[in-house]
Amino acid sequence: MPERLFGASIKRREDPRLITGKGQFVDDVRVPGTTYAAFVRSPHAHARIARIDASAAKRLQGVVAVYTGKDLVDGGVKPIPTGWLIPNIKIPAHYPLATDRARYMGDAVAVVIAESPYVARDAAELIDVEYEPLPAVADPARAVQRGAPAVHDEAADNVCFRWQLGDKAATDKAFAGAAKVVKESFRNHRLIPNAIEPRSALASVNPGTGEVTLWLTTQNPHVHRLIMSAFVLGLPEHKLRVISPDVGGGFGSKIFVYPEECVVTWASRALSRPVKWTADRREAFLSDAHGRDHYSDAEMALSEDGRILALRVKTIANMGAYLSLFAPAIPTYLYGTLLAGAYQTPAIHVDVTAVFTHTTPVDAYRGAGRPEACYLLERMVDLSARELGMDPLEIRRKNFIPKEKFPYQTPVAVLYDSGNYAAALDKALESFDYAAFRKEQEQARKRGRYLGVGFSTYVEACGLAPSQVAGALGAQAGLYESATVRVHPTGKVTVFTGSHSHGQGHETTFAQVAADELQLPLEDVEIVHGDTGQVPFGMGSYGSRSGPVGTAAVYMGTQKIKEKAKKIAAHLLEANEADVVYEGGKFSVKGSPGRFKTFGDIALMAYLAHNMPKNLEPGLEAISFFDPGNFVFPFGTHICVVEVMRDTGQVKVLRYLAVDDLGRVINPMIVDGMVHGGVAQGVSQALWEHAEYDENGQLITGSFMNYALPHADDLPSVQVGRTETPSPVNPLGIKGAGETGTIASTAAVSNAVMDALAPFEVRHIDMPLTPGRIWEALQGR
Amino acid sequence: MSSIAIEVNGVAQTREVEPRLLLVHFLRDVLGLTGTHVGCDTSQCGACTVLLDGKAVKSCSLFAVQAEGRSVTTIEGLAQDGKLHPVQQAFWDQHGLQCGFCTPGMILSACELLACNPSPTESEIRAGLEGNLCRCTGYTNIVKAVQQAAAAR
Repeated sequence: MPERLFGASIKRREDPRLITGKGQFVDDVRVPGTTYAAFVRSPHAHARIARIDASAAKRLQGVVAVYTGKDLVDGGVKPIPTGWLIPNIKIPAHYPLATDRARYMGDAVAVVIAESPYVARDAAELIDVEYEPLPAVADPARAVQRGAPAVHDEAADNVCFRWQLGDKAATDKAFAGAAKVVKESFRNHRLIPNAIEPRSALASVNPGTGEVTLWLTTQNPHVHRLIMSAFVLGLPEHKLRVISPDVGGGFGSKIFVYPEECVVTWASRALSRPVKWTADRREAFLSDAHGRDHYSDAEMALSEDGRILALRVKTIANMGAYLSLFAPAIPTYLYGTLLAGAYQTPAIHVDVTAVFTHTTPVDAYRGAGRPEACYLLERMVDLSARELGMDPLEIRRKNFIPKEKFPYQTPVAVLYDSGNYAAALDKALESFDYAAFRKEQEQARKRGRYLGVGFSTYVEACGLAPSQVAGALGAQAGLYESATVRVHPTGKVTVFTGSHSHGQGHETTFAQVAADELQLPLEDVEIVHGDTGQVPFGMGSYGSRSGPVGTAAVYMGTQKIKEKAKKIAAHLLEANEADVVYEGGKFSVKGSPGRFKTFGDIALMAYLAHNMPKNLEPGLEAISFFDPGNFVFPFGTHICVVEVMRDTGQVKVLRYLAVDDLGRVINPMIVDGMVHGGVAQGVSQALWEHAEYDENGQLITGSFMNYALPHADDLPSVQVGRTETPSPVNPLGIKGAGETGTIASTAAVSNAVMDALAPFEVRHIDMPLTPGRIWEALQGR
Repeated sequence: MSSIAIEVNGVAQTREVEPRLLLVHFLRDVLGLTGTHVGCDTSQCGACTVLLDGKAVKSCSLFAVQAEGRSVTTIEGLAQDGKLHPVQQAFWDQHGLQCGFCTPGMILSACELLACNPSPTESEIRAGLEGNLCRCTGYTNIVKAVQQAAAAR
């Protein structure tokens, strides 16, 4: 019998092609006769489009067509919808090309299709758009002030929706009786995801069948097909095939239906030519959905001895100029529900105002709402400890939900599946001598060196999402996952999964699960994903759902295969089904291991079918849909050690330790890598990355020259550790691993910097903790 | 149009090209060597890195005509006789890639780094890869991969 594959650090099967240049990303796909699209984008944050003159562009040799927003509307193109609704939400029409007004810098107003990408760009420059610039507002707090320019006529106050969660009366009461109330305001600033592969789309029509094939950088090809066909383009769903081949990172930004793929697909049908568009980085900065962008006021009520009694949070969340696909869910169900964190806070109330601004739409970016919640809560816990004169670990331990209390109902709607928060903290402290650090810190301060330690004992929710819960919360679709397990006549297996890999290594990990369950060697199992023409249906990958939902569907499918195979085996072995066992890839009768049928024997008979049990259909294939009963709730302790330079305000991360509990882990090597990368993105938000608009709505950090993506020499190596508390929510006990690093780390880094600055009585500095901000805070101290 | 002769992965290539054609587009669109990627437009990300006469260059920042008479190695030309280059092998062994998009450029930069400094320290590796961005790995396993490749030399 092969060794158990689940839990083994097997080297990735996708790597040989990727390290030799044989990967196939969308921009690598070649179709004869392809034309190329270039978009004309508004340089203004807000402007009326008075006139578009494309005559010079059309005269350029090699130009095939020019289209404006009006052409698309006349051609039947409908607005791009929103997939998550909140009561009383305002949803302004979002046409793929702006029709009347441009509402953010980079809003596309026209497109050129040409014989080469160079000519398309030349022609785009020749299009003369007469704009009448209008006043703009980029800052969400300013947008809700009286007299701010309105982004949409139907929301004159720029309010998209208001949303509340928790028991307000109970919270107010707890505050009234509290010995201590701690307050702080936080700015969780805007980020730009910046997957290194820019978005790309190539649409091609088969003139014989009318089928359109769209190669697209998407994390969820079936969702793209459904929304584009049913809502935007009016194209029959069975005539659109979406293929998402190798995809170069997503981090959320490749979930959403964007204008560009709608335009490219529509144009390929209008022209009966393949049309391709690949973003350059400048376009990626302007048009990929951004992340975060909250203002929050938080208050924590505590007893004298440091018990948390209540938390009150008011948040303004920036939606950008239009509502992106999942945007309403991010500052609500993925944010407010996580404000309990790891603590037994009896009363919580959160009040969110989502607002429109003249900026790029904001949607899910790695962590999506949960990093904002974790940052706010873990900062508040640290501030509370400081004000009460307590140690940051003492206050955490005092308030942890004890392991006996799981499943644990929080006051913010969610039921935690399983957890042991103190164990993760203990495990982290095995590798970090806290007492010794405090001594070292004390000594260093005497020498004018400022060290700090920050903790983040986080909880997150992932495994999006149980359909019943998601529907009740406003999702317009449940978020189950599907898997088809197809056994071929020779006993080889192809698994078709609705999950999508854009760096996660599913071709390896999903095969580990399937091969284990079917007791086959890994080489006998192939994983297919990212093609609506091959995979029946799928919800795709985001919210760390591939492990807890996607592999669970694969597991369920393999069980169905084994059940049917056992029936065939019992028939061939002339035994009762109940007496047949499957061990080491062989079916035999209990007690007579010598008489057996191999998995391959059964597979062959299933297709030859001349000696099958009565009433059993030939073939050996199963489809499963796994719809979990709940989210899964990973947790852990992150510890960050920094040094802050007194004279320059520079922060150096000296050490980063992440102890995560992700439930059971399929491939530790791959999960370690996810944690490394997730932590890097959170550290980077805490210290460097910042998408900034000026007061006119101009994005002033629109390239890698002025948006600080971290380089190898900026970051430390991340140390990883784990505890393992299986989740009862799925049959494999998995909790999800893709986002914990990003969720936990901003708080760990910020707490460390504030700890280092404690001698200067600096209480709080908003992220990013750049040298300039720290230097300024230290002036006069 | 200009006529150029460039040796790419050991094969002589002669083509007529627009003078403004970037080397990266020559490799990808004219020769079909799509292993070299484009990740930005300001020569920051390094996804387009190739070796020009053995030196790592960003092929988005050179015109194809500037490579006239010179020798280019792309990711497709690194493995010899079906055997992975030690740097490729190390990226595989150490899980030095996730989405794989920055990887060809990262591997070629690492090749040049090791050619200049066969046994670099961790901080020399980090400084040596400063011209290449990776958004997936946090660089932790990329550093390990370069260390393995250095040890294998």
